[in-house]
Amino acid sequence: MTAATDGAALAAAIGERFPGAVQGADANAARIEPSAVADVCLFLRDDPAHDYKMLGSLTAVDYIEHFEVVYRLTSLSRNATAVLKARVYGREAPSLPSVAGVWRGADLQEREVWDLMGVAFEGRPNLKRILTWEGFQGHPLRRDYLEPPLPYSWPHGG
Amino acid sequence: MNSQEQASAFASSLETGAVGATGAVGATGASGATGADALAADAGERGSPYGQAAPGWDVDRIEGEAVEQLKWSAQEAFPDPEIKIPDDVARNVAVASVDGLLNWGRRSAAWPVAFGLACCVFEMIASAMSRFDLARFGMEAMRATPRQADLLIVSGTLTWKMAPAVRRIYDQMAEPKWVIAMGVCATSGGPYYQGYSVVPGVNHIVPVDVYVPGCPPRPDALLYGIMQLHDKIKKYQLQRDAAGVDRP
Repeated sequence: MTAATDGAALAAAIGERFPGAVQGADANAARIEPSAVADVCLFLRDDPAHDYKMLGSLTAVDYIEHFEVVYRLTSLSRNATAVLKARVYGREAPSLPSVAGVWRGADLQEREVWDLMGVAFEGRPNLKRILTWEGFQGHPLRRDYLEPPLPYSWPHGG
Repeated sequence: MNSQEQASAFASSLETGAVGATGAVGATGASGATGADALAADAGERGSPYGQAAPGWDVDRIEGEAVEQLKWSAQEAFPDPEIKIPDDVARNVAVASVDGLLNWGRRSAAWPVAFGLACCVFEMIASAMSRFDLARFGMEAMRATPRQADLLIVSGTLTWKMAPAVRRIYDQMAEPKWVIAMGVCATSGGPYYQGYSVVPGVNHIVPVDVYVPGCPPRPDALLYGIMQLHDKIKKYQLQRDAAGVDRP
């Protein structure tokens, strides 16, 4: 059975290595400073006590007042998982450091988050749309997304 | 190696085409910085919105323009091809026989394109397997090229990003050609009706002969739709095109 790491214990380990990087924790996840994401992730990947060699998923949630980017990490050697979260504020140009250099698998997922949520990732190349096409207006999974008026009409209104 | 160097190594590995995480990690800081600089300069020329490199940006822009052009030009749905039975007075026996012979051949070997979009395609595959056996209708030959196919079964959700490709497949097929919209997504958008990325019925892209509702339709339903198409092909006439209009 894969063990889910306690968020508070994870936060304590991160705070010991990066003072001031931890913003909070609960039973499931550690919430860290967005600017420290890349350094913390590199530490969690390479430190033998953590050894999170695999990024399970990278996604984002729109809480209207902020976006929360969620990293789910997996350690194959320790058979453990952990969850990191980082809040970014602002709806115009939210951004935080990229972890595509830490886990190669983050490349496409960061592009997906950028495409659908509009959260930009700094320090990586090739940040462009992946699911919608180039020229698409807006980021459709945002809570306040409204589709531009369509050229065709719907048979039953709307 | 700090996170900045990691990012640089990642950038350079993308540029040189190195694969695997070990290649990215193993790149030295010096060569990584060179790669990142080259990418940044490249991004400046291409006008990437984030001041970062975007290899292949032109390809995406051209593709995006094609999607936009198709989306905004597909305002009205195509009328469904309708075959009218004319007055038999004007027809002579010879033409009727040629029609009958040709249509017998056409409906007996309507080869579909081997092509699928979403979950509906698995029902289409099941239809081709021995349990339901599309071969009974002379349709077991799924052609891998539209040049050799007569029937386009649009099986599944069609997104606007995919729409130019489907339109191109249709355009590449030789006349006479028929289209079956399989499933509610292809018929009207289905559960993605009024979605931001889904074509609201493939009849915005190509004219549709037969609609097969269902989510997904069972192979039985697809077979029934195919038999309906066969009945339609029976009425096809040489002097009229697929839409039932007299040829000049």
